[in-house]
Amino acid sequence: MMLIRAFELEIQRLFLRGDVHGTTHLYNGQEAVSVGVCASLREGDYVAATYRSHGAALALGIPAEALAAELLGRTTGVDGGRGGSMNIVDLDRGLIGTFGIVGGSIGAAVGAAMSAKRHGGVAVAFFGDGATNQGYFHECLNFAAVRALPVVFVCENNLYGEFTAMASVTAGGDIAARASAYGLPSRKVDGNAIAEVVAAACDAVCHAREHGPAFLECLTYRHLGHSKSDPGKYRPADEHEAWLARDPIELERTRLTQLSVPAERLAELEADVERELATATERALAAPVAAPDNDQACEYAA
Amino acid sequence: MSDTDEQPLEYRAAIAEAIAEELERDESVIFYGEDVAAAGGVFKATPGLQERFGDERVFDTPISELAMCAAAFGAAVTGLRPIVEIMFGDFMALAMDSLINQAAKWWYMSNERTPVPLVIRTAVGAGGSFGAIHSQNPAPWFLSVPGLKIACPAFPADAKSLLKAAIRDANPVLFLEHKRLYSTKGPRPQDGPDELGRARVVRQGGDLTIVALQRGVHDALEAAEELAADGIQAEVIDLRCLRPLDLPTLLASLANTHRLLVVDEGSALGGWGASIIGLVAEHGLEQLDDVWLLASPDHPVPYSPPLERAYLPSSEAIAASVRERAGLRLPTPA
Repeated sequence: MMLIRAFELEIQRLFLRGDVHGTTHLYNGQEAVSVGVCASLREGDYVAATYRSHGAALALGIPAEALAAELLGRTTGVDGGRGGSMNIVDLDRGLIGTFGIVGGSIGAAVGAAMSAKRHGGVAVAFFGDGATNQGYFHECLNFAAVRALPVVFVCENNLYGEFTAMASVTAGGDIAARASAYGLPSRKVDGNAIAEVVAAACDAVCHAREHGPAFLECLTYRHLGHSKSDPGKYRPADEHEAWLARDPIELERTRLTQLSVPAERLAELEADVERELATATERALAAPVAAPDNDQACEYAA
Repeated sequence: MSDTDEQPLEYRAAIAEAIAEELERDESVIFYGEDVAAAGGVFKATPGLQERFGDERVFDTPISELAMCAAAFGAAVTGLRPIVEIMFGDFMALAMDSLINQAAKWWYMSNERTPVPLVIRTAVGAGGSFGAIHSQNPAPWFLSVPGLKIACPAFPADAKSLLKAAIRDANPVLFLEHKRLYSTKGPRPQDGPDELGRARVVRQGGDLTIVALQRGVHDALEAAEELAADGIQAEVIDLRCLRPLDLPTLLASLANTHRLLVVDEGSALGGWGASIIGLVAEHGLEQLDDVWLLASPDHPVPYSPPLERAYLPSSEAIAASVRERAGLRLPTPA
């Protein structure tokens, strides 16, 4: 979680400096969801995630240097600088991809679950509250249920679909209940409490491996706006402050302190993360920018 | 040659044989769609496959075209080789995101590390009075998308050999089967899969080149026989695939004939026919004495049989347009 937070702050800085191009969707505040869920997976499992997925990519073990290089458009990027912030693909680490269109991850995970079923694996789809109003959501939950596919649907409900409040565009108001309607075991958890996410994700993953799809709604909040151009002013100040006070990293720091983990140990961890990230960014920045003289595309796979 | 080799092959049987042989050959191949398993498909192209290969590999799906194609993408990038039947090509509109934004782009976006070996089969084309929303050819919707392959077989032998090639291909392939061809019969293919992206000269002639695909190839061949009676020798090229496009075979033919007619069952603007004429103009302008396009009117496919017949470029319309162009016979004044 610390690495993801530090990474996002660094990307924000590099963006403002003009080194990261296009747009970015930062994950600050939601770290416990992808870290908690990915901790419940094993080798051979698959993840499909969203355009707000630097967190999932790091949680799956993509090195910060390769991810930073991708966002910087470098040849050493995880996808050679061809994808960018919204389009990270790394099947070697189980990441089917991050999907730039809302809901795209859901179908991809359902398909990966057809492969995973053959070797006892599972596939996870991360998506936001906004995706639950897409055709992907309804078609794919039904498809997965009737085929009993080993897939875990993880809704990161951060209360806003882009700039619009979830409650104002979501009939019934209860996302987890939608999954129940398709016959899936469905739970709603505090997505900012990592221990709670891990426990619920382990249950869901076990269920998926043995019996078929499961659903997890993680209530969380993004600290920043939707994308780089959005200051997030549509959110009430008191709501924003209340969620900042429930920062997943600080909640976990408190919990670990209560479990007698020394504050110095946590400070050391934080310093390690800062050092790792500084090296990663420096190396990423030093790599060549992907350009016509070093990247020749071949339209088709042989 | 055995007796079965000498029996003509029906187009729909060619499809079934190709799928069955590839399911048999490769465990990673799966096949699904609406009504394809228990019922054997609405065009009866796939009977008996579920009984033979089991429900895990051949199954019926919900009526959810987006989920079907999206799942094919997810399965393909993780090691399976899905074949999906979309009942009518018109329904492809529901699955565009998964095919265009996912399947077609993953090879490139993954820095050429992640192949996407999937096949979407679908029944396309007019001529059966299915009306405006069950008769289109969706090829132009996909033609401009790099990373996709588009196969359009006109003959049973190609239906089988190109489908086998599509299933073995490492890229997403749209396999467009014309509805008016399912009951046609023809010679069996040579052994083994074919190669996607190669056109074929199906009739030789020195006076003009007619380029067509699917049902249009048969219409062009009929027209060519009619024209031969008038002393015009038409060369007919069956494109067989729209993407990759075999431009060299077209240009080689034009080097002899210098006249090109493209017969496209769809609309002119943005259609595959217009696209080909554009490429020929760019790469072979010095060979061209004449070039024209026979396409359909700019309105949806009609239902009533006379309206639909008038809408489609028939063999008679092809022959008439060649004669008119050649100045052999002017149209009768109204």
